[in-house]
Amino acid sequence: MTSAVTATSLPASPRDLFALTKPRVMSLVVFTGLCGLLAAPVPVHPVLGFAAVLCIALGAGAAGALNQWYEADLDAKMKRTASRPLPAGRMTRQTALHFGVGLSVFSVVLMDLAANHLAAAILAVSILFYVLVYTVWLKRRTAQNIVIGGAAGAFPPLIGWVAATGHVSALPVLLFAIIFLWTPPHFWALSLFVRTDYANAGVPMLPVVAGVTNTRRQIALYTLPMIAAAIAPWAMGLTGWIYGAASAILNAIFLALALAVLANKATEPKQMAPEKRLFAFSILYLFAIFAALVIDAKVLG
Amino acid sequence: MTHDEEEIIRKRQRERSRVLAILLGLFVVLMFAITIAKMSINQ
Repeated sequence: MTSAVTATSLPASPRDLFALTKPRVMSLVVFTGLCGLLAAPVPVHPVLGFAAVLCIALGAGAAGALNQWYEADLDAKMKRTASRPLPAGRMTRQTALHFGVGLSVFSVVLMDLAANHLAAAILAVSILFYVLVYTVWLKRRTAQNIVIGGAAGAFPPLIGWVAATGHVSALPVLLFAIIFLWTPPHFWALSLFVRTDYANAGVPMLPVVAGVTNTRRQIALYTLPMIAAAIAPWAMGLTGWIYGAASAILNAIFLALALAVLANKATEPKQMAPEKRLFAFSILYLFAIFAALVIDAKVLG
Repeated sequence: MTHDEEEIIRKRQRERSRVLAILLGLFVVLMFAITIAKMSINQ
């Protein structure tokens, strides 16, 4: 490419605009949103259900784009994110901002048309929470960033449920709580073995600020309320034995892996196999527990 | 700007226009389907 046509002077490619939506993160968001919708005790018209899940996906993508717009400088400093469209210079920040804001408005308006006002309002709150509270306010200021910011990722099952029923009840609030309490052990497991990246970028993640031993203790501590929240739907009689059994098995494995992390004394990422195992399993855990919820709702009614 | 440079930009613009046309088409289909679904629920 010649000097006259630099990457940022070209119109952004559709592939890079898609990458801006963090498609891998979106898959978990879409899945939990879909499960919230399917677990609701009311029939949902397939077209309206599809539109609601599409809106959740677009809203998550918009929040991801705005996150990358704001964090382009941080992303450039971290190995894991340096090849994203903005730090790699394949797109201007203005393009990312316009894309993110446009997609946010579109997803909320479409949700309002396809589902209801409450679902659209919660979707708007989740986008604003992720961008303003997590990205702009907390991420660079406190080690509690992902504890509070985790709420942003916890909204999708609640939105899915509200899109189907039009109101909030105990079960979707518990689904919110599961993801909210799952986020710290999940992210801290990751941040333990990529903490040099965060330290170089100046992000005050817990292992950077409080050390690896303290982070391991916090992972184990947060696992306990997460397990309580994950067992609660069955204990409160809101789900049947299928969810109860799946939840018991998954939580037992999660606890065992969290205790293995607590027992690990390594400080070098290469020796952090327990942390990597917990991080990988935590993703499977969330998929499996929400899948169990839907299977339980559909099989046992 | 040379002919080659212009060609690179035109190519990217064509690519974006194609994707936008497909997305607009899908949006029209989705709005039509939502309208029909809402009408069938309200009946």
